[in-house]
Amino acid sequence: MKKLIILGGGTAGTMMANKLDKLLDKKIWSITIIDKDTIHYYQPGFLFLPFGIYEKKDVIKPRAKYIPDDVELILSDVDRVVAEENQIFLADGRTLDYDYLIIATGTEIRPDQTPGMLGEEWRKSIFDFYTFEGAVALTEQIKDWNGGKLVVAITEIPFKCPVAPLEFIFLADAFFSEKGIRDKVELTLVTPMSGAFTKPIATKKLSQLLGEKQINVITDFYIEHIDNENKKLVSYDEQEVSFDLLAIVPMNMGNEVIARSGLGDDLNYVPTDKHTLQSKAYPNIFVIGDATDIPTSKAGSVAHFAGEILTENLLSAIEGRPLTASFDGHANCFIETGFGKGTLIDFNYTTEPLPGTFPYPIIGPFSLLKPTRLNHIGKLLFRWMYWNILLKGRELPIDSHMSMAGKKEMTV
Amino acid sequence: MAQATLATYSVEVNEEGYMLQPDQWNKEIAEAIASELGIKLTNKHYEVINYLREQYAAGNALTIRKVGQSGITDIKGLYVLFPKGPLKYSSKIAGIPKPASCV
Ligand SMILES: Cc1cc2nc3c(=O)[nH]c(=O)nc-3n(C[C@H](O)[C@H](O)[C@H](O)COP(=O)(O)OP(=O)(O)OC[C@H]3O[C@@H](n4cnc5c(N)ncnc54)[C@H](O)[C@@H]3O)c2cc1C
Repeated sequence: MKKLIILGGGTAGTMMANKLDKLLDKKIWSITIIDKDTIHYYQPGFLFLPFGIYEKKDVIKPRAKYIPDDVELILSDVDRVVAEENQIFLADGRTLDYDYLIIATGTEIRPDQTPGMLGEEWRKSIFDFYTFEGAVALTEQIKDWNGGKLVVAITEIPFKCPVAPLEFIFLADAFFSEKGIRDKVELTLVTPMSGAFTKPIATKKLSQLLGEKQINVITDFYIEHIDNENKKLVSYDEQEVSFDLLAIVPMNMGNEVIARSGLGDDLNYVPTDKHTLQSKAYPNIFVIGDATDIPTSKAGSVAHFAGEILTENLLSAIEGRPLTASFDGHANCFIETGFGKGTLIDFNYTTEPLPGTFPYPIIGPFSLLKPTRLNHIGKLLFRWMYWNILLKGRELPIDSHMSMAGKKEMTV
Repeated sequence: MAQATLATYSVEVNEEGYMLQPDQWNKEIAEAIASELGIKLTNKHYEVINYLREQYAAGNALTIRKVGQSGITDIKGLYVLFPKGPLKYSSKIAGIPKPASCV
């Protein structure tokens, strides 16, 4: 028997298990997936918890439910991979061999990397919304909050779902407006980047929107530490931003198993060929999702598009053929803008987000870089698609490669 | 894309004045860009600049954090050398394209 192991049973790992379960001959192949946690979280839903749009039950499901019967699920922390020996050591002492390995261990928040983040004020006035626990704690805090300075801050790039902090602040604007206390809330976005987003045209459109909603933006602010006593963010060049309530995206890093296995860069991301999705160091290791170092967004949609490419290339590798499928970095993200509207971006390694319609010219039905009701519905539908199409490795009616159809070429 | 005259050299730059051809770069150009930014270049500046050029040539993505771990100076030190733009200004002076902060 030949063995394929998938390390990490989150969005990308679960999706690959479902795809490969259908394609690999079970008389020859066994598939094993390993994850440390029994719950599968719908992470995009964390954003909706604090504002009462989703409840806890909307974002948690048993992990095993999404793993096909023929795939072995091992629930254990992985201690390390010894790639030279094609071996995996589990935390409980077991050892597994593999012929091919797919790494899908994602990325996680590391509040411990910034002095003061885990201080006195952590989960009192400082919250993350990138974990279930963080989002739930923030929900409790925001419910009875009666105003002051709400700061949404980004610690370091890259971080997963780069639009999430914007969505959070747009949703906060709508939430406090509907509560009738928007005039008592000062909203500020603090970012180490030079603008609200990473790409110029999207930044321009999103900045306009932030302006219209009277949300302050402080750019080029690189957090050095958090002063708990005075409730202030302090930057490396000694600027300060004070807050009453801080919703922060802590530094993101790949899981420590990557570091322990000597497979990562300084942020524990695995060096990966951005087109073939093969590890740069080991030809029998492929990498997908947030765990890679490829220069595109860390997002579920990216994992979905990359999944088709990885499947094709993995099958080629197994059969000794050249890896011809090429990933273009395609990302597609709905951005909630509050008040029942949303905007949408669609881009890849070489084309930045452009205005227009999606996926079809003129008829859309979605609009790129423009807040509409339909885009908001698209975002809500995404949850259904996540559990029923994306995780199950089914096709979406969208090509894995980005298309220029419907997009308007423009410069800033 | 545009041409700009820096020191006495005609070089290719983008809209924001970042050089597009790192091999057109030399020290006189670096001094010219630095003085526009109000920065007086010292040996320490050049250590950072050379590091950036090497990393760029090797195809490695650059972040402030990474330069801060280079052993040349820490992040605070980078801010002292290149106030307001520890990576943006240093890259501009080093004659490499503007670092694309990851998406
Ligand atoms: C607030 C928020 C909003 C988001 N919104 C969107 C959105 O609107 N659209 C979108 O496309 N994406 C969105 N995302 C991003 C999306 O959730 C992630 O990009 C996606 O889940 C990445 O999939 P992954 O499989 O790479 O990682 P994950 O789904 O995080 O899975 C990694 C898995 O590996 C396991 N693991 C890690 N290390 C070990 C170990 N040592 N041993 C055993 N198991 C291990 C973990 O337990 C985890 O289950 C959002 C994310 C957040 C946090």
